[in-house]
Amino acid sequence: MLNLKSAIAANRFGLGARPGDASRIGSDPQGWLLAQIDAPGARRIARPDSDTQPDSAVILEEVRELRLIRQAAQSARNNEAIQVDEDSIREYGRFIASNYQEQAASGFRQAIVSDQPFRERLVRFWQNHFAISADKQPIGAIAGLYRDEALRPNITGNFRELLTAAVRHPAMLLYLDNIQSIGPDSTLGRLAGRRRNAGLNENLSREILELHTLGVDGGYTQDDVIEFSKALTGWSIGGQGPGAERGLRAVTDRIAASFDSSKPGEFAFREVIHEPGAKHILGERFAERGVEEAEAVLDFLARQPQTANFLATKLARHFVADEPPASLVDMLEKTYLDNDGELAPVYRALVNADVSWQEPQSKYKTPEEFLISSYRATGTREPRRNNELIAMATQLGQRPLTPGSPAGWPDIAANWNGGDALLKRIELATSLGNSIGDRIDAAAHVDEILGATASDATRTSISRAESGAQAIALMFSAPEFQRR
Amino acid sequence: MDRRQFLGSGATLTLLSPVANQAFAAATDDARFVLVILRGGLDGLAAVPAYGESRYRSLRGALALPAPGEEGGALKLDGLFGLHPSLQTMHRMYADGDLAVAHAVASPYRERSHFDGQKVLEAGGTSPSTSDGGWLNRALAALSEESFGRDAIALADTVPLVLRGPVNVSSWAPSNLPGTDDDTLARVRMMYEAADPDGAMRLTDALNARDIAGEAGMDSMQGGRQQQQLTPVTTAAARFLAADDGPRIAVIEAGGWDTHANQGASNGNLATRLRLLDEGLASFRTELGDHWDKTTVMIVTEFGRTVAVNGTRGTDHGTAGAAFVAGGAVAGGRVIGDWPGLRESDLYQGRDLQPTTDMRALFKGLLSEQYGLSARALETRVFADSESVAPISIGV
Repeated sequence: MLNLKSAIAANRFGLGARPGDASRIGSDPQGWLLAQIDAPGARRIARPDSDTQPDSAVILEEVRELRLIRQAAQSARNNEAIQVDEDSIREYGRFIASNYQEQAASGFRQAIVSDQPFRERLVRFWQNHFAISADKQPIGAIAGLYRDEALRPNITGNFRELLTAAVRHPAMLLYLDNIQSIGPDSTLGRLAGRRRNAGLNENLSREILELHTLGVDGGYTQDDVIEFSKALTGWSIGGQGPGAERGLRAVTDRIAASFDSSKPGEFAFREVIHEPGAKHILGERFAERGVEEAEAVLDFLARQPQTANFLATKLARHFVADEPPASLVDMLEKTYLDNDGELAPVYRALVNADVSWQEPQSKYKTPEEFLISSYRATGTREPRRNNELIAMATQLGQRPLTPGSPAGWPDIAANWNGGDALLKRIELATSLGNSIGDRIDAAAHVDEILGATASDATRTSISRAESGAQAIALMFSAPEFQRR
Repeated sequence: MDRRQFLGSGATLTLLSPVANQAFAAATDDARFVLVILRGGLDGLAAVPAYGESRYRSLRGALALPAPGEEGGALKLDGLFGLHPSLQTMHRMYADGDLAVAHAVASPYRERSHFDGQKVLEAGGTSPSTSDGGWLNRALAALSEESFGRDAIALADTVPLVLRGPVNVSSWAPSNLPGTDDDTLARVRMMYEAADPDGAMRLTDALNARDIAGEAGMDSMQGGRQQQQLTPVTTAAARFLAADDGPRIAVIEAGGWDTHANQGASNGNLATRLRLLDEGLASFRTELGDHWDKTTVMIVTEFGRTVAVNGTRGTDHGTAGAAFVAGGAVAGGRVIGDWPGLRESDLYQGRDLQPTTDMRALFKGLLSEQYGLSARALETRVFADSESVAPISIGV
């Protein structure tokens, strides 16, 4: 039987209890969580499959080549003398889709089988904080790799490093259009001239200020957004990257590429499109230092008290309550500032705070959390095929890796607890129950999964089910299972 | 007798007449309203180009639409404005008097964050921090005290902010999960009634909604692009609004309007989105049948976009933009608002279309004309601190 504190550790801080968690967690739930933060070597944990799977640079290069092939084939359609290989046109989309499916499903699998579910939840928290969306092409091909390459190794380090890694990753540079942003007074900007409309794109700088660091009330102005976007010009992707193949972009891409020695598909700084001169952001002067200039801005932003407050609020909201207790936010904010942005002390403070353990079921699960915790609860390590997992999450209202906005998925109950959404969870629970049948003793399972959080009504209902399948359906449909 | 006194005595007469009151209640119960929220910031100058402005072409550069009559040209509304060529149905509605266009319109929000902009648009306040649920929910609360017994529904997986609040509303989105048998459903409901009464109520609403939507949900899940298609959702919305005991107010959301790069002109990304919106409205009208005559559809967005094309053939977050008011209950065939012009000195902060019409004026016009909400309720409950925003008449 999972006692109340262990149930909170497994369901709120972790990704959902598994059978046997009572003994795994033992008598010290806080210690069980802290060990996941402090485990030696955990910090630089590699992608589980990095030996066998290509990284995002390799995939982006492949995407670029397939796009060139597709464009050649498409333009050949106008020439009747040439036999067009229609398959080569479709291959671009197919390649992105298959990579997307593989990565989206592997993200679920990592969460379902993880022995370090607190750590894994933190990875997912930061993935949502630094959100990108796979529905913008070709990001679908690398959206999962972004999490594993940029975020996973940095979640227990300093926020400054995590922020820099997220912003530098090709997925973010593509998603928020920075590879297309050209300093008007850069070498290429002047060459292209105003006539050609070569210029700045504010998207990345604005969202870093609003969503990644200071928060929308963080005191920055439109001028700060523009100055910061100038500092970020030149942060791009090596080789020709996935930029345009025709027109001005193609020319600037080719010229710029000839100046850089970076590997194709990896981060590259392109001096020729970088806006020269000092930039002024939030009253601070940043001297022209090439690639290091925007890094200095990110460092500066990471140190601001508004950033500390914004991150503390989001963490407290994610782990404790939609309206987080002010005392907890204050304490996390102070811990962040006292430790110069080191994240592990902040997580420790969160776990050690009494208030984090007081309201057992204050958070409503997102559809992903519901799906992951359902599979964890079954104890099976063999979830279904990739596209089935993706279809289930999509039906529940959360297509994997596609928050559709740089703000990420919402993190409060009001966004997820609608009646129709609940009905879909019940349908999914029914289908899971039917696939498991009576291979699990659901009545005993309630003790292992919901433990002390299960109400008498829920226990009674499950124990009176007419079949094993129905008992499973009822457990996963129960009000207590929708919360953590 | 001056004009004000005349209006005053007329209002008193209406209130005193029981016959008029009954007729009035029936009319409000019969009125239908759909709010369509375009998330991401629709480019108002792309949807409703001011092709007659001398500066339009130079400012818009690659994004400028050809003049009416040219290939891929704007669809003419008048000598100044046109519609984007993707908006064929809406253009016909305009000619038929069923569509009004509002231009240079904005919520009170003057910064450039999507998320705060949507908060202000939906909460109905003047700043993102003053959120007490959504204005449409508060309007429902006020209406329910005046014996308006109809529900609202969100055509979404979850209820958007504009409909959140004390009045319970239902939500519906297409599903192709295998159904749950009635026995299991009954047991789940009992479990919720004991442990989570609010959840039980939402569940009941959702089950009722499913009955009405019928097969619309099933059709929509064919093919992989269902997120971009609006037609399945608007078709379902029409079924809800047409049902005898169905809801009379619906909210629909559509994303993908944040066109920072490669926005396109007559063709391209935005043109495709606009076409899907236009098709969605067309199928809504078809499915709704005769109820169209009592219906108002408002299509709004959190802010417009920069007037000039940016460095990446797109537009950045701006301020004022365009909104659409469609339906048989609408006095259409006109452009609502004062056009601020496109000279640099005309623009807001030298870069955005200057707001001249407060979006709340349209909402207030709708709620007072179609639903009979009093000015006092509108100013104190639904849109706090909006005394200075006079309702704009939108009805026939």
